[in-house]
Amino acid sequence: MNNTNSMFARATPLLFGALFVIGLIAPFAVYPTFLMKILCFGLFACAFNLLLGFVGLLSFGHAAFLGSAGYICGMLVRDMGVTPEVGIIGGTLAAGALGWVFGVLAIRRTGIYFAMITLALSQMVYFVVLQWKATGGEDGLQGVPRGHLFGLIDLSNNIAMYYLVFAVFCIGFFIIYRTIHSPFGQILKAIRENEPRAISLGYDVAKFKLLAFVLSASLAGMAGATKTLVFQLASLTDVHWHMSGEVVLMTLLGGLGTILGPLVGAATIVSLQTELADSVGSWVTVIMGAIFVICVLLFRRGIVGELQALIQRAGIR
Amino acid sequence: MEIFGVPSALLGSQLLVGLINGSFYAILSLGLAIIFGLLNIINFTHGAQYMMGAFVAWIALNKLGINYWVALLLAPLAVGALGVLIERTMLRKLYKLDHLYGLLLTFGLALIFEGIFRDQYGISGQSYPVPELLQGGVNLGFMFLPIYRGWVVVAALTVCFATWFIIEKTKLGAYLRAGTENPQMVQALGINVPLLITFTYGFGVALAAFAGVLAAPIYQVSPLMGSNLIIVVFAVVVIGGMGSIMGSILTGIGLGLIEGLTRVFYPEASAVVVFVIMVIVLLVRPAGLFGKA
Repeated sequence: MNNTNSMFARATPLLFGALFVIGLIAPFAVYPTFLMKILCFGLFACAFNLLLGFVGLLSFGHAAFLGSAGYICGMLVRDMGVTPEVGIIGGTLAAGALGWVFGVLAIRRTGIYFAMITLALSQMVYFVVLQWKATGGEDGLQGVPRGHLFGLIDLSNNIAMYYLVFAVFCIGFFIIYRTIHSPFGQILKAIRENEPRAISLGYDVAKFKLLAFVLSASLAGMAGATKTLVFQLASLTDVHWHMSGEVVLMTLLGGLGTILGPLVGAATIVSLQTELADSVGSWVTVIMGAIFVICVLLFRRGIVGELQALIQRAGIR
Repeated sequence: MEIFGVPSALLGSQLLVGLINGSFYAILSLGLAIIFGLLNIINFTHGAQYMMGAFVAWIALNKLGINYWVALLLAPLAVGALGVLIERTMLRKLYKLDHLYGLLLTFGLALIFEGIFRDQYGISGQSYPVPELLQGGVNLGFMFLPIYRGWVVVAALTVCFATWFIIEKTKLGAYLRAGTENPQMVQALGINVPLLITFTYGFGVALAAFAGVLAAPIYQVSPLMGSNLIIVVFAVVVIGGMGSIMGSILTGIGLGLIEGLTRVFYPEASAVVVFVIMVIVLLVRPAGLFGKA
């Protein structure tokens, strides 16, 4: 066991390095917009996984953070004329603030109630976005300009935009990685494994949960704000509960509580949706539902989790 | 006639709509509470099962010529049977795991059912005629009462209270309550707990389908009719807490009425008022109005 763990530890920097290089050259091989979509949803899923995989809290309302940050970023950039990086920061902060409000309310209950409360709160956000004039209602926020990064680099160029998205993803991913491997992250895991024990050890569990929630919401917001710039659009789909379900699916499929799982899950789901959208129409929902059922019944470790288990078994032998 | 500057006919009709919605909240949250009590699972498919109840009635009428009254019995049986199948083949495998997997599984099932019906019938609603016997209305003096709407409230409340009676006052209900408290002990006393669980899930689901048939002539029968409703019902469940059957019924009806009043006095907020109340309840009494802490 120890052997394989240290093997993982040695292999991890290599793996991350390789992925980083792939990320750098990928836009020359694959359609950049598709890659940007994967990275945005990948970051969204990683942020969600920080909460479900490492604290054991199932939020069914993460679309609220993705969507509201997207709208805030869109309004800042389009209507107030700020530069893209300010838009992203603004969206991230707004999502973090919203996350604080959600967190304060939802952590008063645990388990299944936590999921239902976050879902209900996000539905409230959905209705507010739907009825508020500034968000464009059913039409969404259209024609958001990508603008010039720091007022200098023109982002209407897809390659330039890709590298911004890639940088945002790397920053977000690094924050999550550092969080998980910090003493703070260890306490979060302790709460997940045995909450009463963590309390009896003197940790203010509610405070830690809230912090993790705000962090997860902010990073989900960062993904949402960036996504708005990529597609120049913030729409109601981003705040709808379907989106909250989708991010659960991405994380579950990729591997709950694994560091790379959510990215793998997001890439799989986004590719599937892109492939299937033309050929099967509304069956996409059915297929997503079927993947959900299969994951829960037979494949709870997810893709990355299964791979790790496979490597571990090989290592023991 | 005016009350607080609002015509009484408007107030009355919105209160009636509120009462109808409240009855649906009551039936659905009741079903959720019964299922949660014994299975420890939040049945996310509940909304889809409500939708399927309405569709079974619609299909029965349009394809097979089966009338409303038969459908009122048939649809809960059919959807309940499907529920039994789901419990036997899938949910059963999850009882030893974290409760969250049950939520995720039923969410996936909801997506499947919704997707299938959307593929078949699109998102625009189908209309279901009000049965002949219940057409027309009565003038109550201060408002006009369509007979069918009155019937929905009476039927829904009857079913709610009958369920309450079965659970609180009969032997079967006693087994059920005992099973909720301590399944191992009940099993040791010679009661077939797995069968009881299957029956309970089927019954909870059948309640949702029954509500769906009641709703068919009032709302459009559409694949999405359940998913928006179920989220409100979740909020209702959080507000009421799932500890008490009567609590679920009262919370459901109360919130429906409040929603109706909001539609009269401040229509913009009617879609979110239940959620706002949920926030207030969480701040003041986190365990819910009828919940055990």
